[in-house]
Amino acid sequence: MTGPPAVWAEAAAVAVSRRTLWSGVDLDIAAGEFVAVLGPNGVGKSTLVKVLLGSLPLSAGRVRVLGREPGGASQEIGYLPQRRSFDPSLRVRGVDVVRLGLDGDRWGAPIPGLARVSAAARRASARVAEVIDLVGASAYADRPIGRLSGGEQQRLLIAQALVRRPRLLILDEPLDSLDLPNQSSVAALIARISREEGVTVLMVAHDVNPILPYLDRVVYIAAGGAVAGTPAEVITGPILSRLYGTAIEVLATSDGRLVVIGEPEAPAHHTDRHSGHPHADPL
Amino acid sequence: MALLAVAAPRLGWNPVSDIDQLLRYHFMLNALRAGTIVAVAAGAIGWFMILRRQSFVGHTLATVGFPGASGAVWLGLPATWGYFGFCLAAAMVVGLLPRRALGAASSGLSEESAVIGTVQAMALGAGFLFTSLYHGFLSGTTGLLFGSFLGVTDAQVWTLLAVGLAALAVLVVIGRPLLFASVDPDVARARGVPVGALSFLFVLLLGAAAAEVSQITGTLLIFALLVMPAAAAQQLTTRTGRSLALTVLIAVAATWLGLAAAYFSAYPVGFYITTFGFAAYLLAASTRLVGGRPRRAGR
Ligand SMILES: Nc1ncnc2c1ncn2[C@@H]1O[C@H](COP(=O)(O)OP(=O)(O)OP(=O)(O)O)[C@@H](O)[C@H]1O
Ligand SMILES: [Mg+2]
Repeated sequence: MTGPPAVWAEAAAVAVSRRTLWSGVDLDIAAGEFVAVLGPNGVGKSTLVKVLLGSLPLSAGRVRVLGREPGGASQEIGYLPQRRSFDPSLRVRGVDVVRLGLDGDRWGAPIPGLARVSAAARRASARVAEVIDLVGASAYADRPIGRLSGGEQQRLLIAQALVRRPRLLILDEPLDSLDLPNQSSVAALIARISREEGVTVLMVAHDVNPILPYLDRVVYIAAGGAVAGTPAEVITGPILSRLYGTAIEVLATSDGRLVVIGEPEAPAHHTDRHSGHPHADPL
Repeated sequence: MALLAVAAPRLGWNPVSDIDQLLRYHFMLNALRAGTIVAVAAGAIGWFMILRRQSFVGHTLATVGFPGASGAVWLGLPATWGYFGFCLAAAMVVGLLPRRALGAASSGLSEESAVIGTVQAMALGAGFLFTSLYHGFLSGTTGLLFGSFLGVTDAQVWTLLAVGLAALAVLVVIGRPLLFASVDPDVARARGVPVGALSFLFVLLLGAAAAEVSQITGTLLIFALLVMPAAAAQQLTTRTGRSLALTVLIAVAATWLGLAAAYFSAYPVGFYITTFGFAAYLLAASTRLVGGRPRRAGR
């Protein structure tokens, strides 16, 4: 409980093109917590991420990230944007993309063969190899990233977000484009890093089930505002049904875990993503 | 063409005497100097242009150089001034075109294409007007559009060198963040990389490169040095450093071979540089098809 909260917001509101997406949002996320941001399509989850990164200003209220103004702590944040896929013709290796996450923001030009003479360059290469190994991407990290499958690209991008040992990880739908076994293994990996290295994780997700066992807190964004709380408080049938505007059931398994059933986006979000369906208005 | 008035150089089987013939005349020395400077700058900047998918912008900037050069000649000024003045001014304008306000820097480029296409057509039209206004210059139009290596002055070599070195120096300073911003703009921005400023700066570099290359290959053949070497190198390796070095090497080789071939024959230099660039690309592509794949899969 010492030190500033990792993410803190008070009466925050945001507007894009003069339209208020959400307002009156209060957040208080302690260092080391694993937090999920949930909510229907188009409600402003990615917009919240942009606010935290400092690329979009609030229209009202205040927000602090790692104790600073948004954008002020960019060196200590690992970020994975939503659904990027690299152009198939991009002839840059996966390991080079991960490497950019380590020192891509430093001025200067990479010098080929430097790792043979400089200890710092050798350490950097070793760190990149270590983190690629950690996410299990060693087998394909030397191939051009444009030629890798969506899931393979995603693992490398998670490695890129991790490579600088950030204090805060902001992941926008990192499990997207992974199959079910990979969803649980990547979720477990991120949870392990969060616990072992004390990293705060803020993960936007559509399907809460793979991360449910690890969550300390849930932020639900619905039209207008947000509800935050522990999973047990927020993930209940009546609250979810109200937020999504669809009947949703939450069951408790024998070991006390929760399982969300009937979550609208989970199986079908690839098809309804671009249809721009109007969200039913909860709250 | 006018070249034949100088001498009648003949290619023989003795490389020493061939090179001796090649370097005998000052105009040819200047052509080789200018070509080398231009090839190095164009190779490196072209490599980033391909990565950023800005070939269309590059071509348009070169096209704007055409009315610049022909206008300068019409007014009795050195063509070099026209090239650099117009290309760099056009680069400023393109660099300041409004982009999509939020995110999606890579897709913001498609928005430019309508404006840029319009400018390109207008530039070609205006250039043709200037060449017509300057009576008797019409034969020079071919040189401006398709390249010529005659009459490179000492002053022009120095200008090319100064601009080329300045552009390369900037590229060395911004290289890594520019690579980051080109491959992965969203994450780069989140890391504090000034993506917008870099993109503006790169368009300026592209304007300088387009102006430089136009003076060797002509306005319409700039891709011989801006695209072909980078495309060939990317076939051969996916390692960024090696790929860049190889690009510069191929660009310089194509330029030297092209200038020499043009010197010993009656056909224009633009054709030869393009041909050597194309040959490098074909060779690289077939090397990759034949032997590249299994080797890379190994590790
Ligand atoms: N640059 C922009 N200009 C105008 N409107 C925007 C802009 N960016 C986002 N929006 C709008 O803001 C709303 C929220 O977008 P956001 O990307 O935050 O949604 P999301 O909750 O992440 O949705 P999804 O689950 O589909 O990823 C959407 O209605 C979107 O159309
Ligand atoms: Mg989103």
